[in-house]
Amino acid sequence: MLLLKILFRNAFRHKLRTILTILGMTIAILAFGILRTVVDAWYAGVEASQANRLITRNAISLTFSLPISYAEKIRQTEGVEKVSWGNWFGAYYKEEKNFFANMAVDPKSHLEIVDELILDPAEKSEYFKDRRGAIAGRKLAERFGWKIGDIITLKGTIYPGDWDFVLKGIYMGRDETVDESIFLFHWDYFNERMKVQNPMEADQAGFYIIEIERPEMAAAVSGRIDAIFKNSLAETLTETERAFQLSFVSMTEAIMMAIQLVSVVVIAIIMAVSANTMAMSVRERLAEYATMRTLGFGAGTVFLLIFGESAVITFTGALAGVALTFPAAGLFRSELGQFFPIFIVKATTIWLDLGAALVVSLVSAVVPAFRAATAPINSALRRAV
Amino acid sequence: MAEPFVKIRNLSKSYWRGGRQVPVLAGIDIDVAEGEFLALMGPSGSGKSTLLNLMAGIDNADTGTIEIGGVEITSLTEAELTAWRSDNVGFIFQFYNLVPVLTALENVELPLVLQGLSRKERKERAAFFLGLVNLSERTDHYPGQLSGGEQQRVAIARAMVTDPLLLVADEPTGDLDRRSAEEVLELMEKLNREFKKVIVMVTHDPKSAERAHVIRHLEKGYLNAAP
Repeated sequence: MLLLKILFRNAFRHKLRTILTILGMTIAILAFGILRTVVDAWYAGVEASQANRLITRNAISLTFSLPISYAEKIRQTEGVEKVSWGNWFGAYYKEEKNFFANMAVDPKSHLEIVDELILDPAEKSEYFKDRRGAIAGRKLAERFGWKIGDIITLKGTIYPGDWDFVLKGIYMGRDETVDESIFLFHWDYFNERMKVQNPMEADQAGFYIIEIERPEMAAAVSGRIDAIFKNSLAETLTETERAFQLSFVSMTEAIMMAIQLVSVVVIAIIMAVSANTMAMSVRERLAEYATMRTLGFGAGTVFLLIFGESAVITFTGALAGVALTFPAAGLFRSELGQFFPIFIVKATTIWLDLGAALVVSLVSAVVPAFRAATAPINSALRRAV
Repeated sequence: MAEPFVKIRNLSKSYWRGGRQVPVLAGIDIDVAEGEFLALMGPSGSGKSTLLNLMAGIDNADTGTIEIGGVEITSLTEAELTAWRSDNVGFIFQFYNLVPVLTALENVELPLVLQGLSRKERKERAAFFLGLVNLSERTDHYPGQLSGGEQQRVAIARAMVTDPLLLVADEPTGDLDRRSAEEVLELMEKLNREFKKVIVMVTHDPKSAERAHVIRHLEKGYLNAAP
C-alpha cells in the first residue's frame, strides 16, 4: 500500500506536467482510434463481403456492360446456385451534394442473394409488386426524412433526367457491418425507360451477383463462367465479392497507407513526450530512489515504481482517449456518414489503443528506470542537495 | 579482548575523474567496539564520507575487508548487501532524505515494508519510534510541513525502526541551526547510551564530535593514529 501510495503520489507531484502529458496521450489515442476507424470504414465493404458470392462484370472495365442474356447461361453453370444482376445508377437527390449509392437491381433475386438486408415481409411484397417501387436503408431514410409511400425523385447523371420512385420499404442491416445507406429499385423499370430513351443501353446489366454452392468452389466457378463468354463481344471477368470490393479500395491504397502511417507517427510523438516527462521526473527524484535503495529496497522495486508511474500517466490519458473515441466517432458518422456509411469503432481498435498505451508506458520508463535502479547510490544521494 | 564490532583492514578506494585515478582512501585500518560512538572528522575531500559509505555497504572498496557484526560485507553480492543493509544499518543523512509524498509516520514505516510485518504492527512500531523522537503530534505531517530539526528526528526514527546494529550519520547536524543540532545530538547520544547502538558519525563540527566517545581524523585518505 505504501509503495502504491508513493507511485500514485509521484505520478501527480508535478501536476501541470502530468496533466499536459495525460492530455497529450488522450489526444494521441483519440487521433489514433479515429484514424484506425477511418481505415476500417474504408475497408468495410471488403470486410462485409460474403465468401460464397461472386461478381461478374465486363472484362474490359466496369463501365462497360454485359448483355442480360448472360443471366441464364450463368445460372446453368455448374456450381452456381442463384444469379441476380444490376446497374450502378449514380443519381443524386435534389442537389449534387446529396449523393449516395443507388442501383437498379432485380428485386427478388437480389434480396435472395444479398440476404443481409432485412426487410419487413409486407414491405418486401409491396416492393416486388410496384415496378416504380424502391427500398432505402435505414440510415439513408433517416438522413432525408423519407417515409414509406413517399415519392422520391432522383436526378440521373449517367442516365439523365428525373426518375420518380415510390418508397416501399426501409431495410435494416443484419448486423452493424451492413451498409444501411443504399437505395435500390427495379431493374425492369430502369430497362423499360432505357428502351425508350437510349435503346443501346437497354437489356444490359452492369454486373451480375452470383451465389455459389460452397466458398471453396469460387475459383473453379469463376473460371467456368469466364470460359463460357471467352471470345464473345463482351468477355467477362468473374471474381469473388471480396476481390471485387478490394479492386475499388486498392485505387486509394496509398492514401490509406498514409493514414495508417500518420496514426503510428502520432503514437511515436506522444512516446517522445511521455519519455521526456518520465526522464525529468526521475532525474528530479534520483536521490529519493537512492534513499530507498539505501533502506534495502532492491532495483526491482525501483523499476516497478517508475514503470507503475509511467503506466498511471499513460493509461489515464489512454482511457480518456478511448472514452472520447466513441462520441468523436458518432460525430464523424453524423457529419461524414455519406462517405463512411459504416463507421464503427471496432474492438480491435480499442485493443490497439491499449497496446499503444502499454508500449508508450514501457518505452517511456525503461531508460529512467534503469538509471534510477543502477546509478551508484552514493552519487545519486548527492542529488538531494 | 573482545572482537571489535566493526573491523576494517587495509581498505583502499579510488575514483576515476577526468580519466585520472584519484585515491580517496589508502590502507585504512580501524576498529569500532560494541556500543561505541565514533566521530570521523577531516577536511572536505579527506575521504570520511567515502569511508562511511563503505562501512554502510552503499559503495564498494577497491581492496581490503570490512567486517561488521561478524559479517564480511566486502564479500557479499549486491543483492546480499541490499538485504544486509535493510536488517543491519540505519542511515541518517545531512539533508534528511525523507520521501516527500509520505507522512512522518509513513516515512518511518517505510523500511518495515521489507521486514514482513503486518500493517498494524508496522504502524504501531513506527508510532513508537516517532514518540521516541518526541514527534507523536506530527505523525500526519508531510516533510514539507516540518522544520529541519523535526525532519532530522523523523529520519532518526526511520533509521532506528528496524532495530539495526549500526547507525551511520553523514553530517547529521550540517543543515540545522544550533538548537536543533543539539536536540539531534542528544537524541543520538541517547540511542547510543540506552539502546546500545554503534554509531559512526561524519562531521565537520568539533562541538558535534565532542559527543562521541572516539574521534578519528582523516587527512588525504589516511587515518591519523588512534589516540
